[in-house]
Amino acid sequence: MASFLTTLLVVAIVATTPLVLAIPLIWIERKVAARIQDRLGPNRVGPWGIIQPIADAIKLIGKEDITPAGTDKVVYNLAPIVAVASVVLMWACIPFAPNLIGVDLEIGVLYIVSVASLGTMAIMMAGWSGNNKYALLGAFRVVAQLVSYEVPLVLSLLIPVLLAGSMGMQDIVTAQQGMWFIFMAPVAALIFFISAQAETGRAPFDLLEAESELVAGFNIEYSGMKFGLFFAGEFVHVLTNGVLIAHLFVGGWWGLGVSAEGGILSNVLGLIYLVIKTTIFYFISLWLRNTLPRVRIDQLMNFNWKFLVPISVANLVITSLLLKISQVAGFAVDLTTNASFTAALPMTLLLLGGNIALILGVIAIYGFNIRRDRVQEEAQAEAIAHAPSH
Amino acid sequence: MVVQYLAFVIFSAFAIIGAAMVVWSRNLVHSALFLVMSLFGVAGLFILLSAPFLAAIQVLVYIGAIAILIIFAVMLTRSMTAIREPFNAQSWLGAVIGAVLFVALVAGMILPVWGWGSLPTLPQSDVVGTTRDIGIALVSADGYVLPFEVASLLLTAAMVGAIVIARED
Repeated sequence: MASFLTTLLVVAIVATTPLVLAIPLIWIERKVAARIQDRLGPNRVGPWGIIQPIADAIKLIGKEDITPAGTDKVVYNLAPIVAVASVVLMWACIPFAPNLIGVDLEIGVLYIVSVASLGTMAIMMAGWSGNNKYALLGAFRVVAQLVSYEVPLVLSLLIPVLLAGSMGMQDIVTAQQGMWFIFMAPVAALIFFISAQAETGRAPFDLLEAESELVAGFNIEYSGMKFGLFFAGEFVHVLTNGVLIAHLFVGGWWGLGVSAEGGILSNVLGLIYLVIKTTIFYFISLWLRNTLPRVRIDQLMNFNWKFLVPISVANLVITSLLLKISQVAGFAVDLTTNASFTAALPMTLLLLGGNIALILGVIAIYGFNIRRDRVQEEAQAEAIAHAPSH
Repeated sequence: MVVQYLAFVIFSAFAIIGAAMVVWSRNLVHSALFLVMSLFGVAGLFILLSAPFLAAIQVLVYIGAIAILIIFAVMLTRSMTAIREPFNAQSWLGAVIGAVLFVALVAGMILPVWGWGSLPTLPQSDVVGTTRDIGIALVSADGYVLPFEVASLLLTAAMVGAIVIARED
């Protein structure tokens, strides 16, 4: 019974942490956006406007709960809950420190990807149940975008799994003791970051709520706190992506003075390192959101299927091939046990070389294609200009 | 143990009620959503059977991809969402097949208890069912590498077929 109560307590803490984090995140998001756009941002409620999100939350709760006519009531009310739940569920197996983790599932990474796919479900439910054509159009774009970008996301997620030899989140983090995976797989890290940004549905991939085209997108019929829940889910999703990249590619809670065995000092330091790394990636995400223009839907799909997916597949093949070569050549290290910096260096250099070769190859192929297209276009223009006039 | 039993009851209820409502629901989108509920229940049952990999794949593939594509297809065909009456002409055939399958499964479990035949025994193995074991079993020569490769060939053929159909020229 005691263990059951402990489990219950852990569940409550792990589920509440991301939801509570959403409140300061809104403030940070607005402040950063304001600074990038040369504004001051919220500065009226509390010092530097720091309690503005609490005022906003109270306002949202106080709003009239409107259910538009013709909605599918059950689905309509379920959608915001599923949207938040899909993000909160991800935190169940995200480590905070060497000993601080909800549950270290053997299939950690796979679990995170699979619960994240429930978010797509929620947006489709919201778009359909509102009985609004703009909402439905938004929902259609969601399927096109989120399902497509899940392919490169999962393919690049396989690289850390391949390197660590495990899908457990703690195993992947421990394997980076000597060397962060970003040095072994920079291409995978970049693709993961881009697809993760697309999965949150934020600029430059914010087609599911493109205001100028769809009025508001899938959440157009929602008001009050139900509307707020979608946004809370989105804010936490961006942070979750930051945490995931920190864990998968830059060593999670590893840092100076942290030991895998744990202890109070290690846990506190580990949490601090994780927060720093997460904040950096979170900031980059906000930076992109506030500086890049929105892509068109055809550019979005072309970029995914003709650029990201082929590169992810090639990257996966190259990485597994090089890993096998380093095993045969005898300088591969078992990252789960022996993982000092010098021991991992030869393997890292080989993988890094493979990644650089991949990048150069991609640049060469695309450069060739672009030049060929331009020559063709110029030839066509020439032909039109010299065509005999009637 | 009590908690596991409770979880089993909850997940089974999800799976059974969801499956029943897929058939009975008058609204096609609701049917698809109940299918999600049923699949979710099955994923929970997989976890109780110590098969977390299958559970995650169940959610990722069946809910994350197949169910969403079903809903998408239903939404795209506007006349389908407006249908309020069951219209499957083969529902009786489906019901009969389902009933026969159900009776066969229950009989297979209950008859040995009464002394007719023997309970199906699980294949003895020292495999504990971790993801690593599943992976090794799928690609090792004395495992399931042939069915695995044939299945991937089938999927590739399906994908090529889809592309050929979707091409305009």
